Amino acid sequence: MTDRPMVRFEKVSKRYGPLTVLDSLELDIARNEKVAIIGPSGSGKTTVLRMLMTLEAIDDGVIWVEGEPLTHMERNGKLIPADRAHIRKIRAKIGMVFQSFNLFPHMTAMANCIEAPITVLGMSRKEAEERAAGLLEMVGLSQKKEHYPAQLSGGQQQRVAIARALAMRPKIMLFDEVTSALDPELVGEVLQVIRRLGSEHDLTMLMVTHQMGFAKEFADRVCFFSQGKICEQGPPKAFFGNPQNERTKQFLHAVLEAG
Amino acid sequence: MGIRTLIVMLVASILLIAYLATRDTYSLFLPGLLQGAVLTAEITVLGCLLAVAMAVLSALGKLYGPAPLRWLANLYIEIFRGTSALVQLFWLFFVLPQFGVSLEPFAVAVLGLGLNIGAYGAECVRGAIQSVARGQWEAATALNMTRLQMLRRIILPQAFVAMIPPWGNLFIELLKSTALVSLITLSDLAFKAQQMNQTTMKTIPIFTLVLLIYLVLSLLITIGMRLLEQRAAKGLARGRTA
Amino acid sequence: MWDWAFTFEILPTLAKAAVISIEATLLGFVLAATLGLVLALTRIAVPWTAWPISVLVELIRSTPLLIQIFFLYFVFPSFGVTLDAFTAGVLALGIHYAAYCSEVYRAGFDNIPRGQWEASIALNLSPWTTFRDIIIPQAIPPIVPALGNYLVALFKETPLLSAIAVLELMQTAKIIGSETFRYTEPITMVGLFFLAMSLVSAAFIRAAERLLNRRPAR
Repeated sequence: MTDRPMVRFEKVSKRYGPLTVLDSLELDIARNEKVAIIGPSGSGKTTVLRMLMTLEAIDDGVIWVEGEPLTHMERNGKLIPADRAHIRKIRAKIGMVFQSFNLFPHMTAMANCIEAPITVLGMSRKEAEERAAGLLEMVGLSQKKEHYPAQLSGGQQQRVAIARALAMRPKIMLFDEVTSALDPELVGEVLQVIRRLGSEHDLTMLMVTHQMGFAKEFADRVCFFSQGKICEQGPPKAFFGNPQNERTKQFLHAVLEAG
Repeated sequence: MGIRTLIVMLVASILLIAYLATRDTYSLFLPGLLQGAVLTAEITVLGCLLAVAMAVLSALGKLYGPAPLRWLANLYIEIFRGTSALVQLFWLFFVLPQFGVSLEPFAVAVLGLGLNIGAYGAECVRGAIQSVARGQWEAATALNMTRLQMLRRIILPQAFVAMIPPWGNLFIELLKSTALVSLITLSDLAFKAQQMNQTTMKTIPIFTLVLLIYLVLSLLITIGMRLLEQRAAKGLARGRTA
Repeated sequence: MWDWAFTFEILPTLAKAAVISIEATLLGFVLAATLGLVLALTRIAVPWTAWPISVLVELIRSTPLLIQIFFLYFVFPSFGVTLDAFTAGVLALGIHYAAYCSEVYRAGFDNIPRGQWEASIALNLSPWTTFRDIIIPQAIPPIVPALGNYLVALFKETPLLSAIAVLELMQTAKIIGSETFRYTEPITMVGLFFLAMSLVSAAFIRAAERLLNRRPAR
């Protein structure tokens, strides 16, 4: 069972009215694997993360996390749609970082990081604060603990958001275009933190990104989405060096052209 | 209007009342009117408390409750917004006893005005909750909070700031509506004014004083709410995400 | 509990009183909308009036309508002018809501970006043309629904006229009540009438809002 995938999308579909955003997606992600998801806008790549975080309901199929269904639960050998308690149990393994940070504006960086550990995990305040202090130090913000989000730069806010997600000790981290809302000079500091996470922690990571350079260097596998399907996937070297699919080639060409 | 102007107006009104109190035509009426003002203030404070409680409950019921609760909240909001405050007071005062429920006039006043303003407040609470960015819910979901935890710790504290200015207006509305309780036998400020006017016909001094006293009461509410808003906004301005 | 025969018996009397309520509403609102506009325009045209007008508006909005009704009704005789109750009531409603309406107009004008005035100056439009062709058309869509809401609010305050014995709905219901010792039907009917009118007008206001917003302000 050691090679049981950390996350499995089994024939997962998502539709908005007549528009099919994801069409019968099949995707397995191994423990500790780092997967970069790229593709043009509207290709359904962000939807993949949002479904896994249960922010969007799925219309068809099943999502599995560590061999347990997330969207469903087993009753008498059958899968039925999951209730809230079941979703919360499985969801505890997943953390997410958003494009627009979504820090809680009425709380300091420290309070953002201890809120959920205290209320959800039932940690003591002291323990939560110690852990949060460690995490804030890891993201390089020990000096900014008592700052409110508006007093921080975009890059600093995003690093707090990463620390906040890690404080819940997830096994899977989702990064949804986490550098897209940042000024160019702030992108590096956030990517540096993600890099450290990848090398120092046992984490399965899924990231939707436009940073091709980072995907190439950091990911174990790159998935190219187009029109609700995975068009092509593979290790970054092969994917970027020798793309097979015509749409992949066009996309990479266009992205490189833009610089 | 700026908070400085409001404070200037408050001080000016109080000084004007104090000055008028030194003149015989006015001083005669002041003690009785102030007595009425105390009752007015009591009804206002209790009515506001009831209004806030009703508003929060019915807004939450309407937004997150199961169907019957949603329906009940809607019914309450529509009825109390759709009929006039005086009709509601008269209904509680004259009609309710015919169904065997006789309330003290004071209780009718607090209940009637609190329920009336609460119905308007429900919409302002609902609007404020909905004005909180969707990303806040999503971040709280990603942190695996329960819906109650999200509401209590993340959403309501942010909605609170957005609610303060409209509540300031509603509290003023409630204060002004307390004048209606004079029509159900309570001797509030308006009642005293009317009574003194009938016996003495000194309309100008009496009503000048009464208007000034109401002005002072409303300015106190407005200034208090502005200060609260400034404090709360400071917390959030520090915290507003880009 | 509820006597249908009695209800039908009092219905014509209440209907007649409803006409008075509606008359008072319409007259009061015309006064409020006009006077409010005068106040708002005076503030713009004569800058030094801005402060006294805003103090006056604050004063009117901070004190109870009922007191203002009493005041107008009783104060005129001391100047040798006698106003009948209906006129005094309509006057008080009109003045009270003029204070609210003036703020609506002001917000409507204030909401127009400075750039619109600047562009008009750059095009060498006269102030009057600017106001008529550029400002007014853009100010109307937010103003109309707000005024509509105040029309409904004013209507719901007409029962206050019963305090100076205007024979509108509430006063009529109370008289029926005191004569027959049955309050349930008349007061409930008055409440239902207001509820129905409010719901209908809310629907009208929403429709007007949609209509005005369909064509984007140019």
